[in-house]
Amino acid sequence: MEMIKTKDLVYEYIRRDEEGNVEGLTTAVDRVNLDVAPGEFIAILGHNGSGKSTLAKHINAILYPTEGVVLVDGMDTSQEAYLWEIRQRAGMVFQNPDNQIIGQVVEEDVGFGPENMGIPTKEIWERVEESLKAVGMYEYRKHSPNKLSGGQKQRVSIAGVLAMHPKCIVLDEPTAMLDPKGRKEVIRAVRALNQVEEITIVLITHYMEEIVHADRVFVMDQGRIAMAGTPREIFSRVERLKELRLDVPQVTLLSHELQKKGLALPDGILTQKELADELDRILAGN
Amino acid sequence: MLRDITLGQYYQTESVIHRMDPRVKLGGTLLFIVSLFVFGGYLGYVAAALFLGIVIRLSHVPFRFMVKGMKSILFLLLLTVVFNLFLTPGTVLVSFWKLNITLEGLRLAVTMAVRLALLIIGSSVMTLTTTPNHLTDGMEKMMKPLKLFHVPVHDVAMIMSIALRFIPILLEETDKIMKAQMARGADFESGSIVKRAKAMVPLLVPLFVSAFRRANDLAMAMEARCYRGGDGRTKMKPLVYQRRDKVGYLCIALYLTAGFVLGRLV
Repeated sequence: MEMIKTKDLVYEYIRRDEEGNVEGLTTAVDRVNLDVAPGEFIAILGHNGSGKSTLAKHINAILYPTEGVVLVDGMDTSQEAYLWEIRQRAGMVFQNPDNQIIGQVVEEDVGFGPENMGIPTKEIWERVEESLKAVGMYEYRKHSPNKLSGGQKQRVSIAGVLAMHPKCIVLDEPTAMLDPKGRKEVIRAVRALNQVEEITIVLITHYMEEIVHADRVFVMDQGRIAMAGTPREIFSRVERLKELRLDVPQVTLLSHELQKKGLALPDGILTQKELADELDRILAGN
Repeated sequence: MLRDITLGQYYQTESVIHRMDPRVKLGGTLLFIVSLFVFGGYLGYVAAALFLGIVIRLSHVPFRFMVKGMKSILFLLLLTVVFNLFLTPGTVLVSFWKLNITLEGLRLAVTMAVRLALLIIGSSVMTLTTTPNHLTDGMEKMMKPLKLFHVPVHDVAMIMSIALRFIPILLEETDKIMKAQMARGADFESGSIVKRAKAMVPLLVPLFVSAFRRANDLAMAMEARCYRGGDGRTKMKPLVYQRRDKVGYLCIALYLTAGFVLGRLV
């Protein structure tokens, strides 16, 4: 069974002007079909207003579909009876690290989810410990979140979700407000969870570098899925990505330009090492 | 600068008083304050001072931190003393110009001063040894019976602890907005009070907007983590009375009886 499945998902909201009069309908998500298998690492890309965050909020049952169905681990998100079960199985990490940390001490914040679920005290402590260790924040358990860096705060947020023992974590632009170092920390933690704990990851982002490690990538534009495929397949279509107003990583761009100039490079080069190896191969061949 | 602000006045150290259940400290402080006004005679105050002295000793908090709290009420203290000294009718001790110092006045002034001083120091012992968080927890548990009267005890406690968490964040934000506006020529420092107050308006509007946005985000994040009010919630750090807490209650009871008896004597 799929971890996450959406069938012809449509989400519309009513636009209102300043007096509250209806101006019209905006379709934020338009007939999206998505299948995510357990243990997969999915990335959803898109520029601002492409509907990617709206889609993410459906997986955690924060928003309900206007039309179509969203199934999380086989449970329909529009059924109220499943609500808390779904929110526990599909955890969510948001963009702003300051606005999602509830506790005044790191360990208390991580314990917030299990507390809400009614887990016995002793087990809460076990969960807090293992979650903080999984994201490498155990040494900071007694610190105030206010004194942490953005990347550290975001890792605490991930630990907070992890302590609820989810099967899937949805990350809604978790790195958008971080510096490059913080971004790296967070992505590394997310990848480790996917590989070691086999948690399904849905990463929503507009940074191309972060999707390199994903199993599959979906590119959204105007509420629809415009492209889908492996990172390599996506990156090999540089022109289409530019059309969708997305930045292609420098290495990929460079190899694309070299390719256009007649160099026999393969499509969709993702890392500097790959490019260097390919160039070595060409030089050795001559 | 604003980042380093400490809330309340918690003094971080290790002591029996620090580790004590916040309910004992809250209840103890309340009883102590009441006792100051109930005890008659001077020996009662001696007992109170002695009790407080022992608690302070046990708390490992330097005495100057207790006195710090006094500074803010120094003016009030002086006012009370002066008024009581001069305006109490009775047997005149000293008289000059139109003012009389009476024996009753002197007595009342001294008692009031001692009472106020003990009250302030007593309550600062509590705030110095208990984190705001712990205090909220204690209050939540103590007020639990009020739930029967439909008082939303858990919600109020949650609101308080979230407020405590967001005060430093909002202070930082205020700082940021102020700097951004100063960079564009806003003047917060000169002019009359009215002018300065008016300058604060463009500061408050963006601050409120951002506070609401944060509140909205936080509510969503809390719901995403299965928050649904206090029912069916377990505690990570539940308050359970330990032996030291029982001893604490016993000490308070002992103090109350001793003070009451002594107060009757002299």
